[in-house]
Amino acid sequence: MERKIRILIAKPGLDGHDRGAKYIARALKDAGYEVIYTGIRQSPESIVRTALQEDVDFVGLSLLSGAHNELFPAVVDELQRQGAQDVVVFGGGVIPDSDIAYLRDKGVEAVFTPGTSISAVIDFIEANRERVVSR
Amino acid sequence: MTLADGVRQGQQRAIARAISLVENDLPGREELIDRLYPSTGKAVVLGLTGPPGAGKSTLLDRLLSEERKAGRKAAVIAVDPSSPFTGGALLGDRLRMQSHALDPGVYIRSMASRGHLGGIAGATADAVKIFDAAGYDRVIVETLGVGQTEIEIAQLSDLVLLVLVPGLGDEIQALKAGIMEIGDIYVINKSDKDESARLRAEVDYVLSLANPTPERPVPPVVMVSALFDRGIDDLIDSIAGRLQRYAETGEIDRRRRLRLRRELRQQLQSKINDHIERKVEIDRQMDQWVERLISHQETPYALINRQIEWIFKEMDRS
Amino acid sequence: MSDYQTIREAVRQWESNVDKVLQRFPERKPQFCTGSGIPLECVYLPTEQASEHYLDKLGFPGDYPYTRGVQPTMYRGRLWTMRQYAGFGTAEESNARYKYLLSQGQTGLSVAFDLPTQIGYDSDDPHSVGEVGKVGVAIDTLGDMEILFDGIPLDQVSTSMTINAPAAVLLAFYIAVAEKQGVSKDKLRGTIQNDILKEYIARGTYIFPPKPSIRLITDIFAFCSIEVPNWNTISISGYHIREAGSTAVQEVAFTLADGIEYVKAALAAGLDIDDFAGRLSFFFNSHNDLLEEVAKFRAARRVWARVMQEKFHARNPKSLMLRFHTQTAGSTLTAQQPDNNIVRVAIQTLAAVLGGTQSLHTNSRDEALSLPSEESVRIALRTQQIVAYESGVADTIDPLGGSYAIEALTDRIEEETWAYLDKIESVGGMVHAIEAGYPQKEIQDAAYAVQKQIEAGERVVVGVNKFTVKEDAPKGLLRVDPRLRQVQIEKLQQVRAGRSAAELEKSLHELQTAARDSSQNLLPVILQAVQNYATLGEICNVLRQEFGEYRESIVL
Ligand SMILES: Nc1nc2c(ncn2[C@@H]2O[C@H](COP(=O)(O)OP(=O)(O)OP(=O)(O)O)[C@@H](O)[C@H]2O)c(=O)[nH]1
Repeated sequence: MERKIRILIAKPGLDGHDRGAKYIARALKDAGYEVIYTGIRQSPESIVRTALQEDVDFVGLSLLSGAHNELFPAVVDELQRQGAQDVVVFGGGVIPDSDIAYLRDKGVEAVFTPGTSISAVIDFIEANRERVVSR
Repeated sequence: MTLADGVRQGQQRAIARAISLVENDLPGREELIDRLYPSTGKAVVLGLTGPPGAGKSTLLDRLLSEERKAGRKAAVIAVDPSSPFTGGALLGDRLRMQSHALDPGVYIRSMASRGHLGGIAGATADAVKIFDAAGYDRVIVETLGVGQTEIEIAQLSDLVLLVLVPGLGDEIQALKAGIMEIGDIYVINKSDKDESARLRAEVDYVLSLANPTPERPVPPVVMVSALFDRGIDDLIDSIAGRLQRYAETGEIDRRRRLRLRRELRQQLQSKINDHIERKVEIDRQMDQWVERLISHQETPYALINRQIEWIFKEMDRS
Repeated sequence: MSDYQTIREAVRQWESNVDKVLQRFPERKPQFCTGSGIPLECVYLPTEQASEHYLDKLGFPGDYPYTRGVQPTMYRGRLWTMRQYAGFGTAEESNARYKYLLSQGQTGLSVAFDLPTQIGYDSDDPHSVGEVGKVGVAIDTLGDMEILFDGIPLDQVSTSMTINAPAAVLLAFYIAVAEKQGVSKDKLRGTIQNDILKEYIARGTYIFPPKPSIRLITDIFAFCSIEVPNWNTISISGYHIREAGSTAVQEVAFTLADGIEYVKAALAAGLDIDDFAGRLSFFFNSHNDLLEEVAKFRAARRVWARVMQEKFHARNPKSLMLRFHTQTAGSTLTAQQPDNNIVRVAIQTLAAVLGGTQSLHTNSRDEALSLPSEESVRIALRTQQIVAYESGVADTIDPLGGSYAIEALTDRIEEETWAYLDKIESVGGMVHAIEAGYPQKEIQDAAYAVQKQIEAGERVVVGVNKFTVKEDAPKGLLRVDPRLRQVQIEKLQQVRAGRSAAELEKSLHELQTAARDSSQNLLPVILQAVQNYATLGEICNVLRQEFGEYRESIVL
């Protein structure tokens, strides 16, 4: 049997706009992945603990308030502290191009901006499948 | 350090990996469980089941708070269905339990049913062992609905809480149809709603028709409102009371033996099956057999009996 | 033969001709629908009942059921209020933006608060990391509020504040600032959003569970009806419901259902319907689908008037009128080819004005990218001004009234709204429905369906899934300085150091006592606490202790 890919979709920070997060969660489910959704207003620490307990391969962060430069790297750092640097982190939201380079540098491996189609997210996951499955 | 050591020391990541290992049925599963088995047998396993939207996750969130107040470490295995079409799953049960996310004494793991035969029950049983070996005092298994899976999962538990809510109509029908058999405690949730009193009366009535035995007396019915945090104390008392009683009457012991027997049988059967499939490549043969039947060259039972004879001969030869 | 029959006869004739044409030239799509999926006929025709039901269904502007507008002269008398929502960073920066907007001809202020303020956390609270000053201005104390309105005479502007869970505290800040300016409470004009139910449904900035939250709201109703009589005590909002992906019908239905719940709560708290209903205001979204949107606003007015008259027996005409603010739809703006957004906003502006809005915010073209620049904000305001002064649509009332298509859509939206309202009533009202995750689920499903259509290219979004071009990364976008939290924390510490500990202690204690006694109005005690420089976070923490916190109730 093929090993299932597990993905955590999480909303750090305080914004309650969960339309995008819920859409991604549901669309990834429809694409055959096992998706765990945390709900809104999660701290980086609780996101990471959830990621660890659920043994996910990917963590997708969604944030629309503009706090991504602080909160996305906080999740990556916390994963590292917990020895889980092999979990692949990606993000989405209203994120100016100028921040994308910064976030990638901080270990957020992909950033999806508004209007990105779900197939781009799926392509990203599939491109990393080998890597996460063999970890 | 091996994965089993990590689990026994209660390391979060090791536990997570171990569960993925059994869930995906990866190489190393059997060895892992065999290594952990000596450290198991201490945890109390609770099953929590009921129809969709009954408030199971909300209730579980409250129960976790109580377990923690009592100083016990608790693990939750929340099982949700996989989509039969895509194999994907959206696991949202822990959404209502996220207030416990940072508590080191609570571990929540979501599992998708994945729809493979006997798989979920088998993987869940192993996940229970993992938590048991990792030192969790309570393992609570949450499942959705009232079907075959629930019964299988109920059979994993020392005690089953069946959660019911007013307003679902066919509830009582389901009760009469025999899920009654699996509940040790009936929890009527959403007691904040007026109609809950009527449901209680109906449940009481149905239960009065049951034939209690000394080992399994009439199950208690507890009214709670998970959302408004009411009646949870009563539920905790009921659970404690039942567990004590089952311990005294030897019911827990009986269930655990039954559980082992069932697990053994299941493993045995599936291994035998696998073995045969691999040896005689049944899949490949199957096409021919179907051809013979569809063209009426042969009759089904004659074919089957002949093939079985052939299979055993093949097996003897190897 | 009656006129109507003559028409029917002619229609049949025409239709048979059309069929022939269609055989050679089929239509672009097998089925045309509004943005929310209501099927559209190829052309709308006169109906037999139209004039028969005119008085009952449409009436005149300023008359029941207000389908054609809430005032008898509408924009021929006075244009709508152009009110741009703004606020970011510190109180100083936002103050400068307000003064700029007022100098550009804007007629009312609209304050955006940052998320920590909206959720009742001080800037130095750990929950606030990364969020201070991001989506609006950070307000921790009366001191910040004084700076925010520095040099703006509060008896001369009307101010709208997008604040919900801690609305009572921000209103108290506002009243306290006014008093310092020498402006008495009864001179104040403006609106607080104060709509907690849609926070549970769609927006997420809740603090307390429904019961105490609704008590705070009815306390505000009661307090303002006497002390701040010109204040709009609530802005019942469909805007965010729509942004979360609802259909137009769901937007109207869930918003009115929220409104019904507030009315019930206020009546249960012992208020008289006509003492507060006239101060209820609404807030809707204006989307791209022009005809459907115009019909939506008209239907909303008609349903509300009926609800207030038939269900709640309001007598004062003001209680029956659905007055509303509108904002153009942020979710329709694209990061791709951002200048196209100017056109979208123009269409949405038209929809709002043709729909009879009382005030309007137009979004800036670059909002899908970051905070709007000054230039973008100006274009957005100019869009309203062009519609107001050049398009001519403001010069006759309800100009689309009587259009076969608009009337048919208005009827249809009304009908579907009633169906939702009945359904919600049958589960015991909106609070129950929300706790069961019902509206959330309906919205989620609608949003998912639309997104699927966009992904599949069945729904065209210009510049996104069709007519795309290769684009350079946008430049010159405004960002909030990340050091802002530090600045804000220092200000906060200064305020904390400069106040009387004894007074503070005393007023927080009184707040706690009042919170436990639901017969006491919380507004006077909150006002006293803010005057003693209690911070927003301190006040909300006392209430959190007493009331508990709400937890998300969605169903996936
Ligand atoms: N009125 C009321 N609503 C409740 C209560 N408990 C839970 N709910 C609501 O019921 C809905 C379902 O709750 P969940 O805890 O997700 O139910 P569940 O049984 O885990 O649901 P599934 O995961 O779909 O099987 C939520 O909207 C809860 O807020 C209660 O005691 N009273």
